[in-house]
Amino acid sequence: MTTAPILELRDVHTSYGNIKALKGISLSVYPGEIVSIIGANGAGKSTTLMSICGIIPLKAGEVRYNGQAIQGKPADLLPPMGLCQVPEGRRIFPRLSVEDNLDMGAFFRRDKDEISKDREHVFALFPVLKDRRNQHGGTLSGGEQQMLAIGRALMSRPKVLLLDEPSLGLAPLIVQKIFEIINEINREDGTTILLVEQNANIALQTAQRGYVLETGAIIMEDEAQNLLNNPEIRKAYLGES
Amino acid sequence: MEFFLQQLINGLTLGGIYALIALGYTMVYGIIQLINFAHGEFFAAGGYMGVILLSFLAGQGYLQTHPWLCLGGAMLLAMVFCAFLAMAVEKVAYMPLRKSTRLAALVSALGMSIFLSNGLMLTQGVYDKPYPAAFSQGGFEFGNIVVSYLQIMIVLITIGLLIFLNILVFKTRIGKAMRATAQDKVMSALVGINSNKIISLTFAIGASLAAAAGIMVGLYYGSVNYTMGFVPGIKAFAAAVLGGIGNITGAMLGGLIIGMVEIFGAGYISGQYKDVFAFIILIAVLYFRPTGIMGENVDDTRV
Ligand SMILES: Nc1ncnc2c1ncn2[C@@H]1O[C@H](COP(=O)(O)OP(=O)(O)O)[C@@H](O)[C@H]1O
Ligand SMILES: [Mg+2]
Repeated sequence: MTTAPILELRDVHTSYGNIKALKGISLSVYPGEIVSIIGANGAGKSTTLMSICGIIPLKAGEVRYNGQAIQGKPADLLPPMGLCQVPEGRRIFPRLSVEDNLDMGAFFRRDKDEISKDREHVFALFPVLKDRRNQHGGTLSGGEQQMLAIGRALMSRPKVLLLDEPSLGLAPLIVQKIFEIINEINREDGTTILLVEQNANIALQTAQRGYVLETGAIIMEDEAQNLLNNPEIRKAYLGES
Repeated sequence: MEFFLQQLINGLTLGGIYALIALGYTMVYGIIQLINFAHGEFFAAGGYMGVILLSFLAGQGYLQTHPWLCLGGAMLLAMVFCAFLAMAVEKVAYMPLRKSTRLAALVSALGMSIFLSNGLMLTQGVYDKPYPAAFSQGGFEFGNIVVSYLQIMIVLITIGLLIFLNILVFKTRIGKAMRATAQDKVMSALVGINSNKIISLTFAIGASLAAAAGIMVGLYYGSVNYTMGFVPGIKAFAAAVLGGIGNITGAMLGGLIIGMVEIFGAGYISGQYKDVFAFIILIAVLYFRPTGIMGENVDDTRV
């Protein structure tokens, strides 16, 4: 690829107290791509995304977005720049209505008419959210909450969308539906996607490229198809013996 | 019967005042889980701003010619002043402790309370300051029941402020951001909400409501004193706990109940125990239903 990466991590170190969670991570995501990071529970996937978004400060290294170093920037300045995360566990605002949850995704925007249009677009993607628009977010099922979390992120019109385990705890049929939408967002809106998953199978089928994260370090990086065919990966992450 | 109605009206007036103060406790608790013990001081500072501004206007002769305009202006200025005071207090005493234990912030709040009430004493003196008398006279009489114009005004202003607050918190973009911040600070940052600004705003709103209450109490009782924030502050805190701390509707309801119980208790049981009833309720709530009457069952009006 000849274009510059839209998101780039250079030797990122992050710690919780004395525990080193990320030990020098470097990765690149190019405009329009879907990239997956796969790794077991506790590998540091969520920490990676929270470090990108300015929620957890870096110990060392650099996070570059759109050619600009963003580490150390307050987290709330990133969504207006087009960098948006759907965190692990969805983190729906439980006592705001579905509609208010969506509106919070567009918090920093002032273009009311465009916001309404985007809300209708989200309702078209996830009709169930329209039916439940006046219900509290906390009363939705896990699958509906995941849809709402993705919808809320779309309300910010992200250029780069970070997704943390969108399949977690959901029935296979729902997972499939969610990943169809993820593909659609990438295809229709041209949104770049960095996807973090324990479910390596679906993540690598969706992505063009993948990284393998193990105890805070990237141990492998390749085309998603190659990772899917790699016997070591099949053994460690795809449940083959 | 007449006595009962009279007490009801007095209870409503007092309850509204407690409700206004209780909201500040409950909103701040909802957003940073801190009991702001300095909150009563914003109420006192509001009362003093009122007396200073209205006395000045009386000296200029405006109060006599345009009493309502003067009152409106003084109230607005006092509310703005206390909003800024509260934001300063938050920056100095609470923000640096945001990541410390809750106990540290609580101690800081107690210290702030002492600091502010001593500040009032040093700048305003230890003696009662009388309010100019422009509003004290007159009222409606129904048989033996007297409803003063002042009471009607207090009730109307209180209702107006409570409606305004409800619209602000539940209907506006900024109010929703406030509730989002109360519910999940990490997520609210991830959608672009600056939680420091929202916390600051929460303090400002709570303090301005307390300031309005302070002026109305000053007018109602005719004077203010530098210690005036303490007892109403604790009673309003009891009201917030009674309603379920963190719950907006609960704080309003709790204030009303505490006001009513105090007035009826004083009227039918004993006037000397007037200040005790609120604390009996507080202890009973903490013992039997620590989540308050609106607690976690009716959860839509938690911040
Ligand atoms: N808040 C925290 N405090 C201390 N350690 C943490 C915290 N969050 C995560 N960790 C540790 O950091 C490592 C990486 O965690 P995480 O990024 O959540 O992994 P993953 O998302 O891949 O499951 C784990 O060892 C985990 O125990
Ligand atoms: Mg995780």
